[in-house]
Amino acid sequence: MSSQTFNLYQKKLGRQGYKALIRQRFSQYTLNGPRIPSMTLLQTPLYSACVDQKARMTEFAGWSMPVQFSGIKQEHQAVRQRAGLFDISHMGKFELRGSGVIAALQTLVPSNLGRLTQGQAQYTVLLNPEGGIVDDLIVYLKSLPASSGTGWETVSLIVNAATTDKDKTWLLEYLAGTGIELVDESRDRALISIQGPAAAALLQPHTSLELNALGRFAHRDTTLLGQLAWVARTGYTGEDGFEIMTDPNTALALWQTLTEAGAAPCGLGARDTLRLEAAMALYGQDIDDTTSPLEAGLGWLVHLDEKGDFIGRSVLEHQRTEGVSRRLVGLAMAGRHIARHDYPVLYQGDRVGTVTSGTLAPTLNTPIALAYVAAPLAKVGQALEVEVRGEPQGATVVKRPFYRAK
Amino acid sequence: MAFEYPETLKYLDSHEYARTDDDEGIVAVGITAFAIDQMGDIVFLELPEIGDSLEKGEKFGTVESVKAVEELKSPVSGEVLERNEALIEAPEQIGDDPYGDGWLVKVRATDLDDLDDALTADEYKDQVGG
Repeated sequence: MSSQTFNLYQKKLGRQGYKALIRQRFSQYTLNGPRIPSMTLLQTPLYSACVDQKARMTEFAGWSMPVQFSGIKQEHQAVRQRAGLFDISHMGKFELRGSGVIAALQTLVPSNLGRLTQGQAQYTVLLNPEGGIVDDLIVYLKSLPASSGTGWETVSLIVNAATTDKDKTWLLEYLAGTGIELVDESRDRALISIQGPAAAALLQPHTSLELNALGRFAHRDTTLLGQLAWVARTGYTGEDGFEIMTDPNTALALWQTLTEAGAAPCGLGARDTLRLEAAMALYGQDIDDTTSPLEAGLGWLVHLDEKGDFIGRSVLEHQRTEGVSRRLVGLAMAGRHIARHDYPVLYQGDRVGTVTSGTLAPTLNTPIALAYVAAPLAKVGQALEVEVRGEPQGATVVKRPFYRAK
Repeated sequence: MAFEYPETLKYLDSHEYARTDDDEGIVAVGITAFAIDQMGDIVFLELPEIGDSLEKGEKFGTVESVKAVEELKSPVSGEVLERNEALIEAPEQIGDDPYGDGWLVKVRATDLDDLDDALTADEYKDQVGG
């Protein structure tokens, strides 16, 4: 066998300069791809626990991360049916402190962060002047001046691992002169995600926080296993769940406690199939510096009428008035072929778009994909074709998400 | 993880094996337990039609998992006599018996000497790290 997958991605990565991202995502996904010596990689506080639990490790954004434990399908089903546990400590974690933090961030994102109240969060994107996406992230408003006792606002940002350095540079450039302090906790704090219908029940015995009183995208400082921790009702799987930031020792104890209680340890493989069934974008693959949120189906986080100027605003205004030329759609494949990243989308023999993500959806047992297609064809029910290794295969535009939790 | 590599088979460094079924020059071609494990859940097989000609070292099909697509290379030149229809229907079963029911195609080899430069079980094992 030879590695076709890797070559497909090389093109895209070379062009867009996401070489590190490509390497991390695909090196171990192919038999003959390059491998990075593990001694050069960063390890999360849960590295040894994952290795002990027989994880297959892979390089991801400079970190050694578990790609799978028992198997992608099994882990995927565990999250859909009960609960799965993810080490996401590799993700970028910034805390911003100072006065006017939200006001400063308002100039960097298209969402109205003024909607945020203390203890709430907003999924949004950092935009470049062309309206392209620098990164997608969650903004958590932790404290307002009145309640912090310091006169500060405190805001946490959780960003993608592969873009942590890029985002930090971006933020520091735009926050220069504001007096806002950026604390990079990316390598010091652990982040665990527990996802699935049983997540709340498994986590509840270990915290004094009333988890069921915490709404979606709400978050609190609390204690877990008697230690300080921060819990947010967020995730990347399409299920209910929580993301927990704490110190490395507490994280390790929590990982052991929750796996013993029956949460299935899950790797990046299942994280990818879960997020794709939920039609959540993956940065560097479905969205990047060249795609706007309006093209990417993220119009719901663009609040032009509610806020003033922000980077990229004029481009989004133009796109909203004139329409976009391409849109990200969900595709269901007619056969068993998986449409993969960079495969061409065809209509009546002409190239009309490009697949950005694809997999066999474990819950649906059918191949699904996300693809950018020419706007006039981006309507549910539209019949298209995806060129799979030279052969056109039938595909239909379907509603997103592909899967929705009951 | 340690996998089994039968001594009676020949192997390619691209993870295909060749099993000489009988003395009529018929070769069963499959992929090794190592390859199946590395690929993860296998979901799709693309195999040649009966009667197609295969060339040694050339692509004759693809195997696709949730994670990756890999091309299959033929260890011998010859004509396809049979393809494993049961496995095409249920590709996820390839790992149950990789060297037995997990065969992909049976080929009438033009020249069994094609296998002279293939790897022995020990050589292949060394290559994939046991």
